Amino acid sequence: MPIARSDAVIWIWQQPCYTVETVTPARRNLYSMSDLWGGLTQAFWLLATMDADLVEISLRSLRVTLTALLVASVVALPFAAFLVVRRFRLRRMTIAVLNALMGLPPVVVGLVVYVFLSRSGPFGVFGLLFTPTAMIIAQVIIIVPLIASIAHQSLRELWGDYHDLLISLNTTQFQRIQALLWDGRRALLTAALAGFGRAIGEVGAIMIVGGNIDHATRVLTTAIALETGKGDFALALALGFVLIALAVAVNLMIHRLSHTESEGRW
Amino acid sequence: MQMFPLVAKQAVVRRQGKVLAGPIDLTLQGQGVTIVIGPNGAGKTSLLKMLHGIVRLNGGSLSWACPTVEARKHQGFVFQAPVMMRRSVIENIAYPLRLIGVAKAEARLRAQDWAGQVGLGHALKQQATMLSGGERQKLALARALIRDPQVLFLDEPCASLDGRATREIEEILTRAAANGTRLIMSTHNMGQAQRLADEVIFVLHGKIHEFLPAEVFFASPATQQGRAFLRGDIVE
Ligand SMILES: Nc1ncnc2c1ncn2[C@@H]1O[C@H](COP(=O)(O)OP(=O)(O)OP(=O)(O)O)[C@@H](O)[C@H]1O
Ligand SMILES: [Mg+2]
Repeated sequence: MPIARSDAVIWIWQQPCYTVETVTPARRNLYSMSDLWGGLTQAFWLLATMDADLVEISLRSLRVTLTALLVASVVALPFAAFLVVRRFRLRRMTIAVLNALMGLPPVVVGLVVYVFLSRSGPFGVFGLLFTPTAMIIAQVIIIVPLIASIAHQSLRELWGDYHDLLISLNTTQFQRIQALLWDGRRALLTAALAGFGRAIGEVGAIMIVGGNIDHATRVLTTAIALETGKGDFALALALGFVLIALAVAVNLMIHRLSHTESEGRW
Repeated sequence: MQMFPLVAKQAVVRRQGKVLAGPIDLTLQGQGVTIVIGPNGAGKTSLLKMLHGIVRLNGGSLSWACPTVEARKHQGFVFQAPVMMRRSVIENIAYPLRLIGVAKAEARLRAQDWAGQVGLGHALKQQATMLSGGERQKLALARALIRDPQVLFLDEPCASLDGRATREIEEILTRAAANGTRLIMSTHNMGQAQRLADEVIFVLHGKIHEFLPAEVFFASPATQQGRAFLRGDIVE
């Protein structure tokens, strides 16, 4: 059956070590099902016993990404509002560049940050390479364009509504930005959460600048990459489930904290 | 402060090659209520925005008796489609005061008072975006009056109000005018125009077609178009 064979080929391709001749479609299902099941049970046990390593890397993931998110939001949100209220010559171009930067390949960002932070690089003296700070820097660079672009989209709409009123009331540039950021906070939250999602799941850049060092820069995504490489799919999957749970939990919590779901509030 | 006369000389507003208003030659003195009338699309809104100074002139000039920056601080504008900020009613009304540095408690107190005057006292905590069309206009009026402007532009402020609310708003406007606020207002309600107007600007095709004292205009408009408009006929 040609279809089954090509399935098997795909499966083999996904495996780190090649055991070409022994694989049959039936065994394939058995394997992946047991991996999934094993992953789930292992995730459950890791969580139930509050495995020390798991807690450590989960907290580091959270700390790195939330810090990056905070820094990125502080930069990106006011910048987005500024782009909306201020007309200047290169404005269109800035927006186009920002949109293009959304598609920045993380690996390349990691590489560039690596070069800048490495011993011989311009910021080498700070000794930041292979520290969580380096990972934060890389994540900030990756998500600032994303947050700024999404924020800009929604703030532009809001500015369309507010334009006449704010001009008529003689507001200063700063007051306009203030009003947009405050009244648009619901949409801005969505922009920030998109940034969070991108950052917490990112692996390429932080692997390069963080180095995935145990007890220093290992986070959930880099640990998953490592365990997959070692062939421990169950553990990798377990970490994956924890990562997903974490991302969902943070999303729900932030929404909850900001009351965005209650009707009629902004 | 002496703001008037307001003088427009050959003032033009053009957008996308189309003349929205102008050329306008006009001198407005500091007393009375000026009512702007004219058919849909004639340029009433454009004229009011031009006089208020929130649209860029493409030609001509506009000058107050004082520096324009100063003049802008003492003007209010109620838009035809009121802008509801995504805040509560009381925060919307207090906003102009907060902008000029009035403390929050004080601003809210005065906002509450104005909300009561326009008949929104029951809805202080409500989100402004949830208000009905008429309530929005009341909010916009309160928000424009809270800074106690010397000049108030109103673009069809009673367009979606019922009869009773219209009368209440007219009372507020009359009181404001008696206290020295200069009103410049557009309307499609000829009854209202006759009740409030001291002078009438009849706008047609972006230009000031007639500018007359109210009793003169309503008794006998100077042009055939003015007569047709008052009769409710089609104006060419
Ligand atoms: N930004 C704009 N760009 C292009 N055309 C515009 C713009 N704003 C208004 N216009 C046009 O200018 C004309 C005058 O508009 P304006 O809003 O001043 O009319 P109006 O007298 O207030 O009408 P209404 O009684 O319906 O409120 C209309 O034909 C309108 O389509
Ligand atoms: Mg209009």
